[in-house]
Amino acid sequence: MNESLADRNNYTVRDRVKSMIANFGLPRLIIAAFLLLLFIAAPFVGADFWTQISNTINRFSWNAVMVLAMVPMIHSGCGLNFGLPLGIISGLLGATLSIEFGFTGPMSFVMAILIATPFALLLGAGYGWLLNKIKGGEMMIATYVGFSSVSFMCMMWLLLPYHSPTMVWGFAGKGLRTTISLEGFYDKVLAGFLQIRIGNLSIPTGTLLFFALLAFLMWAFLHTKTGTAMTAVGSNPTFARAAGVNVDRMRLLSVVMSTWLAAIGILVYEQGFGFIQLYMAPFYMALPAVSAILIGGASVNKASIANVIIGTFLFQGIVTMTPTVMNNMIHMDMSEVIRVVASQGMILYALTRKTEGTK
Amino acid sequence: MNNGFGKKIRNFIFDNTVPLMFVLICAVCIPLSGFSFSYLLNEIVTRMGRNIFLILCLLIPIMAGMGLNFGMTLGAMAGEIALILVSDWQIWGIPGVVLAMILSIPISVLLGYFCGKILNMAKGREMITSYIISFFMNGIYQLIVLYMMGPIIPIKHSSIKLPRGYGIRNTVSLLNMRQCLDNLLAVRIGGVKIPVLTFMIIGVLCLFIIWFRKTKLGQDMRAVGQDMNVARDAGIQVERTRIISMIMSTVLAGFGMVIYLQNMGNIATYSSHSQIGMFCIAALLVGGASVDKASIGNVFLGVILFHTMFIVAPKAGAQITGDSMIGEYFRVFVSYGVITVSLIMYETKKRKNKSLVGQQLAQAQKEEAKAHE
Repeated sequence: MNESLADRNNYTVRDRVKSMIANFGLPRLIIAAFLLLLFIAAPFVGADFWTQISNTINRFSWNAVMVLAMVPMIHSGCGLNFGLPLGIISGLLGATLSIEFGFTGPMSFVMAILIATPFALLLGAGYGWLLNKIKGGEMMIATYVGFSSVSFMCMMWLLLPYHSPTMVWGFAGKGLRTTISLEGFYDKVLAGFLQIRIGNLSIPTGTLLFFALLAFLMWAFLHTKTGTAMTAVGSNPTFARAAGVNVDRMRLLSVVMSTWLAAIGILVYEQGFGFIQLYMAPFYMALPAVSAILIGGASVNKASIANVIIGTFLFQGIVTMTPTVMNNMIHMDMSEVIRVVASQGMILYALTRKTEGTK
Repeated sequence: MNNGFGKKIRNFIFDNTVPLMFVLICAVCIPLSGFSFSYLLNEIVTRMGRNIFLILCLLIPIMAGMGLNFGMTLGAMAGEIALILVSDWQIWGIPGVVLAMILSIPISVLLGYFCGKILNMAKGREMITSYIISFFMNGIYQLIVLYMMGPIIPIKHSSIKLPRGYGIRNTVSLLNMRQCLDNLLAVRIGGVKIPVLTFMIIGVLCLFIIWFRKTKLGQDMRAVGQDMNVARDAGIQVERTRIISMIMSTVLAGFGMVIYLQNMGNIATYSSHSQIGMFCIAALLVGGASVDKASIGNVFLGVILFHTMFIVAPKAGAQITGDSMIGEYFRVFVSYGVITVSLIMYETKKRKNKSLVGQQLAQAQKEEAKAHE
């Protein structure tokens, strides 16, 4: 009796560890272990530990909002939002128009958000309507909606009548430049707020607080009646419909939210980075965000705020740490290869998992 | 009668929206670009020889119901690796091309097997998965070409090696191999060079595909493409068939890439393959193919229309707006736009059919119930 109990206990412990690994996912474990290794190795190869930490936190603060944009669509069962560039374009329109209208300093950031919002709502609504028409094939079409919108805007950046001398090509007097400096506009507007500096460690408190606010709002939203309905739509659309939830409207709402968050996300990214990047720059911006949330433990139809935070930290950690550490260690810059293999491998892993609910 | 004819026309327009749109674009852009007819014809014939083989490789996975094979990039990578090795061994001309094709086979088979295995785990989302696989493999390709070529895979000639001693340069010249297939047996008709041998190779592949459709394996593939469950019940090994179709597609893509690059005359080591999938798929769709149905005719029509647009768009764009970049962006936009529209049309059609089947089923049940009464 006693023995069998002990046996069972033993079994449960081993089982629990096994199921924990299964839940956490092997690739995720490898990536986390790899990052840990990088952090441990950093001081030995002569890279300053605190500089590395602040770089990672900085990059985390730039990207976190864009990763957060993944959450609503995953919840409503629309899958991974490969159409993120559409939202990014709304953000870019907000940013460029805010500068064009002559706003400067922190005000330009506020105005950029305000101007970007109607674009994001409009484009998001159209995009959501489209995704409702093609349930089941969302991810592939989202990818190409993103691509075609970016390449369409490439033409528009040249054709739209922008005149602000800080943004257009000097000699032609028209057509936006590929990169626009934000100095004098909203460069580091959030990052500089309450910034903490201790030696080599610097923490962009403002950006982190801004992200925390959005993340909290998202968390709160997911616990409202509408938010719960959205999750229900994602996990079981038939059940949700039977319970009287308007499935299409929930999905539309989630897409609009995701698009708006992407617009805000790119503005936050720009204020940290210090430049607006136009033309082909937003092209592949969806992939890092997608792989970040997946590394954080999300799946194609399940995601939480914790996934966003963990994932962004792990992904950006690897992006910032590998070049310096690897370079110092083996004098070979393999960071690009590692980044590509790790992030795309993660997406592949998530796509090949069997998931219920979607389809 | 008249009504029926009108309906027919409407159906024709609806079924061929994309090609008709392209005919329209070309009809507007050709006069604007101001290119002479013989120049255009020459360019298009060259591009046909260059691209058709690559595009044909997409037909087999479509037959097996796996959608547009964005993983054809894998075959392109295999072809590139083979060509890099061959050019390092200094084997030029036709023997070089043939050797590169032979060398690409084992690499393609391996990659195709890998791709097929993964796609079997992601049934129902093959396209997005094959798309991500192409990115993933691009990372591995860089690892091999940028780091392992030199220390692990011996590369002798410094002309293709980076100055640091390992890794391959950004461009590998194939000058001694340039257009050797195209020039052999080339015929000039009124200033238009026709690469007869290349077209003969393409013809052989077309015949092969037609023949293959009738073989047992080809029939199996079509059955799998129609309905996986029915095929499985009929005793077809679904997974195996799908893997074979991927392997075939990848191997053909490898050959196609060798043909493509011998025409170009150099390899852009890190970027040649990255766009190839997109352009081939766009061209196929322009020809009127869809995600689940594509024929050899679609390939030829698609190449002609798509590449005509590609040649004339920059010049026409410059004429209209005074900025040549507009045309460049326009053709990129059109390539992506075409794929987007085709994907959307495919998905809506699929849903419509599904609801139609549901309605028919409901109707049949109703009638049955009536009969029982």
